[in-house]
Amino acid sequence: MRILTAMLVLLLISSCFTLQASARATDSLHFVSPAAQARYNDLAYSLRCVVCQNQTLAESEAPLAADLRHLIAAQVNHGKTNQQIKRYLVERYGDFILYSPPLSALTIFLWFAPLGFLALALWRLLRRIRRRPQILDK
Amino acid sequence: MSDGVVRWLAPVAVVIGLAVVGVFLWSGLQRDPHLLPSPLIKQPTPTFNLTRLHNPRKFMSQKIFLGHVTLFNVFASWCYACADEQDELMYISRHSHVRIYGLDYKDNRGEAKKWLHRFGNPYRAIAFDATGRVAIDWGVYGTPETFIIDKHGIIRYKQVGAIDAQVWRQILEPLIQRLRVTG
Repeated sequence: MRILTAMLVLLLISSCFTLQASARATDSLHFVSPAAQARYNDLAYSLRCVVCQNQTLAESEAPLAADLRHLIAAQVNHGKTNQQIKRYLVERYGDFILYSPPLSALTIFLWFAPLGFLALALWRLLRRIRRRPQILDK
Repeated sequence: MSDGVVRWLAPVAVVIGLAVVGVFLWSGLQRDPHLLPSPLIKQPTPTFNLTRLHNPRKFMSQKIFLGHVTLFNVFASWCYACADEQDELMYISRHSHVRIYGLDYKDNRGEAKKWLHRFGNPYRAIAFDATGRVAIDWGVYGTPETFIIDKHGIIRYKQVGAIDAQVWRQILEPLIQRLRVTG
């Protein structure tokens, strides 16, 4: 029972943040369809605010973020695809506005180095384990 | 692979990997993490057609950049750092051949004119971007911002933040000289 109470309290507290964020996310924006609004939310929450750089465009209170939210809403309402809208923004603000840097010769190290190190460590560990003498149970 | 080779190969790979990471981290220490590289460098300027600040019946477009080297400065009367920069821009307007044009960003005409009166007006002409829509095309995210544009209308450099004497002498002035000569 106490676990349930704790979970309910947590849910209530966390809803404060999500409600606040989604309230700002839509501001006074109008959408031609629920599908358009869903696409807008996807985009606004997956793009970085270039002013308040640790927040998404949806969450940020920076004036530029508000301008870009309106821009995205307008383009979504005009039927532009997510890819077109992202490309539009990247053309102006660079890859940084996307949260995941695209794969390129430059970023390939960023993407694969951690995996590479992990694989290397695992491989060495396995070799070490195999070389240990087996202990046989009686 | 023979065991002898493999024994030193893995540690060497790790050391090299860490060294590469170290180089990136070290070079990162020299740079402001909030500054974004502009994707507009080496691209033609965005196209625009805005009314002028002092005369709403006249227009300014990107054609104004052709035929000479331009310093295009994005400013606003509400922007603190822009006031800091104005002295330097006044100095540049008196000591350099570079043509200075302005983009008044999300401002009020009356306030902007008052501000220029107070802090100085180094601009040959100013485009009035009331909604900031044109500034978005230029990738503006932190006024003041300044673009150096060559004779063919290609953006060659972007300065985010106020221009001071050091930025002028070490970066902008040499670049403008080079662009005037080579085009």
